[in-house]
Amino acid sequence: MYGGGNTFEGVKTDSVATEDPVLLAEFEARIARGEKIEPSDWMPQLYRKQLIRMIEQHAHSEIIGALPEGTWITRAPGFKRKMALMAKVQDEVGHGQLLYSAAETLGKSREQMIDDLISGKSKYSNIFNYPTFTWADCCFISWLVDAGAIVNQLANAKGSYGPYCRALERICAEESFHLKYGHHCVIYLAAGTQKQRQLFQEALNRWWPPMMHFFGPSDKISTHTEVLMRWKVKMGTNDEMRNQFLDMYVPKIWELGFTIPDPKLKKNTGTGLWEYTEPDWEEFKRVINGGGPCNQERLEVRRIAEERGKWVREALKSAKTTYVTPLA
Amino acid sequence: MNEGALKELLYKMADDLLILGHRNSEWTGMGPLLEEDIAFSSMAQDKVGQSLALYNILHALGEQAPDTVAFTRHAAQFHNCILVELPNQEYDFSLIRHFLFDTADSLRWEMLTKSTYEPLSLLAKKIKGELRYHTLHANTWMKQLGTATQESISRLQQSLQVVMPYALGIFEPSPNESILLTEGIFEGESALQAKWKTRVEEIVSGTKLHLPDWKTVTPVFGGRLGKHSEHLEPMLNEMSEVFRMDPTAEW
Repeated sequence: MYGGGNTFEGVKTDSVATEDPVLLAEFEARIARGEKIEPSDWMPQLYRKQLIRMIEQHAHSEIIGALPEGTWITRAPGFKRKMALMAKVQDEVGHGQLLYSAAETLGKSREQMIDDLISGKSKYSNIFNYPTFTWADCCFISWLVDAGAIVNQLANAKGSYGPYCRALERICAEESFHLKYGHHCVIYLAAGTQKQRQLFQEALNRWWPPMMHFFGPSDKISTHTEVLMRWKVKMGTNDEMRNQFLDMYVPKIWELGFTIPDPKLKKNTGTGLWEYTEPDWEEFKRVINGGGPCNQERLEVRRIAEERGKWVREALKSAKTTYVTPLA
Repeated sequence: MNEGALKELLYKMADDLLILGHRNSEWTGMGPLLEEDIAFSSMAQDKVGQSLALYNILHALGEQAPDTVAFTRHAAQFHNCILVELPNQEYDFSLIRHFLFDTADSLRWEMLTKSTYEPLSLLAKKIKGELRYHTLHANTWMKQLGTATQESISRLQQSLQVVMPYALGIFEPSPNESILLTEGIFEGESALQAKWKTRVEEIVSGTKLHLPDWKTVTPVFGGRLGKHSEHLEPMLNEMSEVFRMDPTAEW
């Protein structure tokens, strides 16, 4: 589950000027024709770097995203929910595995990516730095965070890098089941007892601001990198993705009789765009940079898991095999 | 058909699978490598699903609905062996438990394909296929980690010593053993244990591990009678935390 909003700050495009102009022109022509770029094809350094950054962040988001929901597997109410949530979170970890493999085709090993995650060098979706206090928080993630991720991932699946696109197609197919599961859970809360409705309303109040942050800073303040759009690395602006999400899901939330905690939220029938209270981007930056309620806990869990599992990974190595960094 | 004896068998099997499935699911996000997260999660789903199938049979025999049975009983009403309720601890502990339990479980289901109680024999035919992957997984890792590094071998060896008395608790004698045998429902725990020992010896002989002398291991019994370790009650409290908020609510 990934919103794609974190990736594109501070891209330096200077290196493009030093690329071979003939190869660059051919590369751009291929992308313009809708062809996919494959691991062994020539590509500009900036393209490789940005893709590694993006796919890696996506992969981290999957495995860190498994934690806030994973803590509810042991508490899921009833067999039906318990089994579905186990399968759902397992899918997320599987997406991580798939995405680390896709990123490895660009020359960075899974081990290096996980080290960078633990050291704080690599980021992941900001939304997972918030706690899941109740079952309803877990339902919010399964429905709406997955919904947001699908909006982003469907767009990215039309991008230019073959391995990432193919991974995303598989991921989106699975996420569509998560969405159904999450929606089903929320419908039961909505149609349930007063306490159940209250649980979800409270979850919605807590999660709405991070959900608005999910797609990244507003276009007014984020860096526009035209070259990444042209190369089909970034497939839409943050505001476009956010608007698409609001368009698809605000009516569904209202339909269930819940109140979204933003009095300014409405669709402008003239422009077709949603209007809303500007999210607090200072909070967003603070959380991305480690100041959120769960940043430390999430990374600590990951670090402990890595440390405790080290002897197992060591025992898988064979003295007869040479280990190399994948394609670079 | 002696329904009491049948229910006792079904309850202990269902409870074993629910509790171990729950423990396996706790590896989600915590595995030594992503592939193991995913594998333990798959086995967790299978086990919880298998327990549900058994609770459904019990429900058809007049017991309460599966959700009620699983999410509202207290520890003393559970009949799982103590082995499955122990916390996951390090991966070597979880792996050894998985190996010893699933070896027994796959043999149990294999034996139950011949049960005269048809709902159980039909279920066994389906589930033994799932168990094939669980034992394949366990045996592959036993072989790999049991022959790889000094650390992996010594960790597995140590866990084998710790887990074995609890593993023998799987076969805690049942007062209904002879009834089940006479009625052809199940060949019994002692027959299962004998087959299990042979299979365990066979797998372990392909590693650098050694089994303790069976005669020196004292089994930890009590689970089948509802006498559990201090670990079960907190686990059940966690499992039913949401469900108990309002057991009449639909979630």
